[in-house]
Amino acid sequence: MVDRPIMRSAATLTAIAAICAMLVASTHELTDDRIAANDKAWLEQSLRPVLAGLEFDSGLIDSRVTIPAPHALPGSDDALVYRVYNGAAPVAALFAVTARDGYSGAIRLLIGIRADGTLTGVHTLSHRETPGLGDGIDRAKSDWIEQFEGRSLADPATGGWRISRDGGEFDQLTGASVTSRAVVKAVRQTLEYFDSDDTDVFSLASDGGEQARQ
Amino acid sequence: MKTLTEHFRAGLWFENTGLVQLLGLCPLLAVTTTFVNGLGLGIATLSVLVASNALVSAVRHWILPEIRIPVYVLIIASLVTCTELVFKAWFPALDRSLGIFIPLIVTNCAIVARAEVFASRNSIGASIIDGFVMGLGFALLLITIGMFREFVAQGWLLAVLPPGAFFSLALAIAAKNAIDDRRGKQNTNVTIRETVKR
Repeated sequence: MVDRPIMRSAATLTAIAAICAMLVASTHELTDDRIAANDKAWLEQSLRPVLAGLEFDSGLIDSRVTIPAPHALPGSDDALVYRVYNGAAPVAALFAVTARDGYSGAIRLLIGIRADGTLTGVHTLSHRETPGLGDGIDRAKSDWIEQFEGRSLADPATGGWRISRDGGEFDQLTGASVTSRAVVKAVRQTLEYFDSDDTDVFSLASDGGEQARQ
Repeated sequence: MKTLTEHFRAGLWFENTGLVQLLGLCPLLAVTTTFVNGLGLGIATLSVLVASNALVSAVRHWILPEIRIPVYVLIIASLVTCTELVFKAWFPALDRSLGIFIPLIVTNCAIVARAEVFASRNSIGASIIDGFVMGLGFALLLITIGMFREFVAQGWLLAVLPPGAFFSLALAIAAKNAIDDRRGKQNTNVTIRETVKR
């Protein structure tokens, strides 16, 4: 060997890298099932607010479908839809969409629509709106988001799907018109998508199940 | 060799990672919006620090100086990944609220600093104690600031916004210095004085 220290360093580094990789691999092996179970529980937990009052017997994750961008839904990311069935009859569709026009960052919304086009509810999955003002869209902070329950495209009619400051029928959060406007707009857009004759979310093939674990 | 008391005195107060060395401030400022977040990141950092000190110390005789930094990086990165997986598996709620800051422990200079300054020169036992005490000092600071901000935010919203983090840390450092000043005047204890100078 011409350059022994280099060889020695290479060998030590290789050995340590291998040990570290084994450490990470075994931790992964140990935690994998729990993490998958946690993710699934978290998803079902987070879908629950818009499932109130629905009777269904289908698995939520197995009925998931990804609607690839570009689409007519809010946001420019792929949207996820969870279809809810009772027997073979469609009960509701839950849309996970992203509103990009909030005050700060993306607002992830979960919008539940019954097969007849009325809203089961709207729920904020994540947001970065200002604490004390825009964070009122979070159920834990205020009941603002509950005003959508039972509404549909016909109630209020098209012109009413705005915040009251813009002449619509929905209250805005004090000091957070931009946030309120973004949410109302996203809900309206989702209803329009659901209502449109070109799209029938219940007829799409599922891509959930195994992939949902990834 | 330092005694155990000296270790604790240094880690928790005179050489406190956050207050004196001003290391690891990014996570400190970012996650301390609540007591629970502070506690969570504190525990995560503490466990990484103990484990990385132990491993670095265990391999210190085989490592040539030229490759010591890559070795620290490997060890710390693996441990942080493991910690993240453990948090995801057993504390999913905490993992969600801390988000990116658990993987970002890898960038906390306090950890590589302890590996370089202490663990690479001392026995495994001493390194574990050092990691524990230094981590504890950092965790206690995270918890204190988290509690302070969460409490003050009830009346003053700014406390949980980013500027509040800077104010809180500044207040904590000012308070520590004020206490040291008063003690320095009243107390003639030589060991304390010496540690302050260092």
